[in-house]
Amino acid sequence: MNLLALTIVFPLAGSLALSFFPRMADRAAATIGAGSVGLSALVSAWLIYTFVTGDGAPYTQTLWTWVSVGDFTPAFALYFDGLAATMLGVITGVGFLIHLFAGWYMKHDLDGGPGMGRFFAYMNLFIVAMLLLVLGDNLFLLFLGWEGVGLCSYLLIGYYYKDEANAWAAFKAFLITRIGDVFLAIGLFLLFTTFGTLDIQTLLEQAPQAWAEGDPMASLAALLLLGGAVGKSAQLPLQTWLPDAMAGPTPVSALIHAATMVTAGVYLIARMHVIFELAPAVLALVGVVGAVTLLLAGFAALCQTDIKRVLAYSTMSQIGYMFLALGVGAWDAAIFHLMIHAFFKALLFLASGSVIIACHHEQNIFKMGGLRKSLPLDYAVFIIGGAALAALPLVTAGFYSKDEILWLSFANGHHVLWFAGLVGAFLTALYTFRMIFIAFHGEAQIKAHAGRGIAHHLPLIVLAVLSTFLGAWIHPPLADVLPVHEGGDHGTTKLIVEVLSAAVAIVGLGVAAALYLGSRQTAEKLASNPLGRGLWQLWHNAWGFDTLYDRVFVRPYLLLTRLHRRDWINSTVNVAPQIALMLNSALVTTQSGRLRWYALSLFAGAAVLLVALLFG
Amino acid sequence: MNGIPMEHGLILAALLFTLGLVGLVVRRNTLFILMCLEIMLNSAGLAFIVAGAAHGAPDGQVMFILVITLAAAEASIGLGLLLQLHRRFKTIDIDAASEMHG
Repeated sequence: MNLLALTIVFPLAGSLALSFFPRMADRAAATIGAGSVGLSALVSAWLIYTFVTGDGAPYTQTLWTWVSVGDFTPAFALYFDGLAATMLGVITGVGFLIHLFAGWYMKHDLDGGPGMGRFFAYMNLFIVAMLLLVLGDNLFLLFLGWEGVGLCSYLLIGYYYKDEANAWAAFKAFLITRIGDVFLAIGLFLLFTTFGTLDIQTLLEQAPQAWAEGDPMASLAALLLLGGAVGKSAQLPLQTWLPDAMAGPTPVSALIHAATMVTAGVYLIARMHVIFELAPAVLALVGVVGAVTLLLAGFAALCQTDIKRVLAYSTMSQIGYMFLALGVGAWDAAIFHLMIHAFFKALLFLASGSVIIACHHEQNIFKMGGLRKSLPLDYAVFIIGGAALAALPLVTAGFYSKDEILWLSFANGHHVLWFAGLVGAFLTALYTFRMIFIAFHGEAQIKAHAGRGIAHHLPLIVLAVLSTFLGAWIHPPLADVLPVHEGGDHGTTKLIVEVLSAAVAIVGLGVAAALYLGSRQTAEKLASNPLGRGLWQLWHNAWGFDTLYDRVFVRPYLLLTRLHRRDWINSTVNVAPQIALMLNSALVTTQSGRLRWYALSLFAGAAVLLVALLFG
Repeated sequence: MNGIPMEHGLILAALLFTLGLVGLVVRRNTLFILMCLEIMLNSAGLAFIVAGAAHGAPDGQVMFILVITLAAAEASIGLGLLLQLHRRFKTIDIDAASEMHG
């Protein structure tokens, strides 16, 4: 029996139950919310187990025909192969741990207030949409999931909607990702008009026959898909929404804006890799976008004071690595890094959530300080997660995934991209340990209360274990799905490149220690000279993209709307409502309250009808 | 019966109906309004009788019996309302009871 649909059914049922009984007790809501994803994770584990131990052949489960319009008959069908298995494991596994943690977090964040049911209803709905995205066997279904995760992201960023800033952040995230979605939709139209189907496997088979390598149509299709991917994955130039998305509750940031949704772009490109291989120029662009984003985000992360914004920029930067890997054709390395990144970034976000609650909703790292004594568990998992993020050699999972990306980019001859990745690795180590040293070392400035309970400890510990080299033993079964690019057998060169990237990470750690461990005089001196201050301002505002977009897009648009408020098209359109208003005032006068007039009009109407019947 | 054409009977019914309607609309005395209603009901009854006679069918007379019953019920309720009106407002001017601020 095929259980694939069950992975979606459980969270859907949970979401519906929570939506229809919104006044449920918090404990029940958390149990349903985490339990449904837990069941889904169990089913996924069984599916992945049978897939890996079996013959590993991909299969399709067709549920029903979704739409039937002429030749366009996309089925509501789920497709399961190595790539889908990897994503399924990440979404349900990491998703379950985050749901479990969210039960603990929201209890403290809401402080007995209402809304836990609403929170878990959205979270479960997100899991449903994300699973549709990765399991959909045609692009139409993928697009449903794609829009669904966007909606849930909007709902959860604006979860504390009574604060206006949160509502605007949600609005911004929704709007900017929507720009990407429009590109994706046009890309789907293009693929459909060319091939007459949106079925992914058929598309991947037919594309090389229809298009030669470098065909302009293939490039256009790939470019449009890339447009969708950069929007969802917060890459240049549509990256500005991600830091503001941190307005949502921290488990939301862990689930949506670190582990799953923002990697949807990487998934999309990996899934449609055949089309990108037919468009080498666009594929190179993917790598460049990734490299530039990872550097920009790395510098921006250096100058943040909010613990969640540091992590947001680091997410952006790590997804930049994945795009870089895709760009150099290291498909499996990108997906491997996606999985490992989901582990350690979810860990870091959950740990930061734990720290934020322990410090009574304080998010500024400069106001924390010295937390390593009061929060030993958080300190330990931050070190493990931070080491994985910084890719410290041998003991961390991040090392194996990031090293593979760097090596393959070097081996495939993309030396500029490789160098950008290397600089990024240095920045990563620097900003990660800057954050840890500032928050956990130095003098204690705040009285912190460590979190308790299994819902708090278990997710942190499991994710911490997965972030060490043990996590790197999980090898996604991608050999049949994605073309493997072996970097050739350059024994010594490979060793040198590996040692170099390891050394760079350690140097970054060393610089961070020198600057922020002990007295921070050097760091302050660097930041206080004019150049340092200017750079700090620039990087703190993430290179001023928000201001730039405000000047270039938002303000001219607002000006245009003001100019066109009273144009003639609008006046013409307004005639209709004005006529309606006039008729309305005429009819209002007949409603006089004089029964005699009512009686008369009754008879007049009857007479008119009679005459009409006689002579009509 | 054969001497009176159907049109004449129907014209008389229409005239009676119009008279009753005009009285209903212009009169303020509740008693006269009730009488006008009776006239209108009877004009409808007359139309039934005339049409029934013209077609040689008994249905018109059956309907007239129904109309008479209705008129009796209407008169009793109407007179009851008249009494209540007089008791409450010490007048039988129907506008005294108008509370729709017309």
